[in-house]
Amino acid sequence: MLLNQFLILAAAMFALGVYGLLVRRNIVLILLSVELMLNAVNINLVAFESYLRSSEAIGQVFAIFVITVAAAEVGIGLAIVLMIFRNRRSSNVDDLSLMRW
Amino acid sequence: MSFVDWISEPVNWVYAAIGLVVLYSAFRVVTVKNVVHAALFLVASLAGTAGLFLILGAEFVAWVLVLVYIGAVIVLFLFGIMITRAPTGKDENLDSQKKVWPAILSIGVFVAMAGSSISAFESQLINDVGEPTSTEVIGEALLGRFVIPFEVVSFVLLAALIGGITIARRDLSPAEEEERHAV
Repeated sequence: MLLNQFLILAAAMFALGVYGLLVRRNIVLILLSVELMLNAVNINLVAFESYLRSSEAIGQVFAIFVITVAAAEVGIGLAIVLMIFRNRRSSNVDDLSLMRW
Repeated sequence: MSFVDWISEPVNWVYAAIGLVVLYSAFRVVTVKNVVHAALFLVASLAGTAGLFLILGAEFVAWVLVLVYIGAVIVLFLFGIMITRAPTGKDENLDSQKKVWPAILSIGVFVAMAGSSISAFESQLINDVGEPTSTEVIGEALLGRFVIPFEVVSFVLLAALIGGITIARRDLSPAEEEERHAV
């Protein structure tokens, strides 16, 4: 197994996440694209761990931290989405333009 | 390592199959016109990622991913989709109309990342994975060298829990507050 095969896969997934983040207009779909990006980072971390083979599985420990923080972020993000929907009755980010210039 | 050598290892067939699933699902997450389908394609992508972790010998991380991400985060997303009453059928105005610049930017990001990793790590091999990483090693790392980040992440989860409850509370009108406190 080449190291690069995992890194390029992760790069492609990250680029797709960036595209989704910029193009999608529904807030939940934007959060889904952020999850894609975090997942790409996890693949990178675990691939480097397999390549470098540290004595304490450092890459995998970092991947666990990333998964945990992503779960916390999704919780808060969806709470915010709930409040926005309660106040504005719409989950389209184009309607959240109150503070734009 | 030539392509013929690469393709003759069975591990790489498994990698190719899983990688195709992961990339196809990721592509459909960002392009499909139905919100629920996007969440389900993300499930497929995450399941494929867990498979990749198993190839790389990271068993604990793979199952943590399945448990936490697919089992909790995606369910939370589906709740969010249902509660915000997103149209669960085909929806036409999910994407913005300007797609050219984001596409160019994302291709640029991919070229930058893939180009730098190819130029840095050309043909470096991940040698035989051998024994999968045992959970004991990860446990000792989490409570040994990484005990401070571990505790800090617990605080992050606590803060997220409290913050989520506070943000999503229903604001009670003063009359309702009176009634609540009187009891």
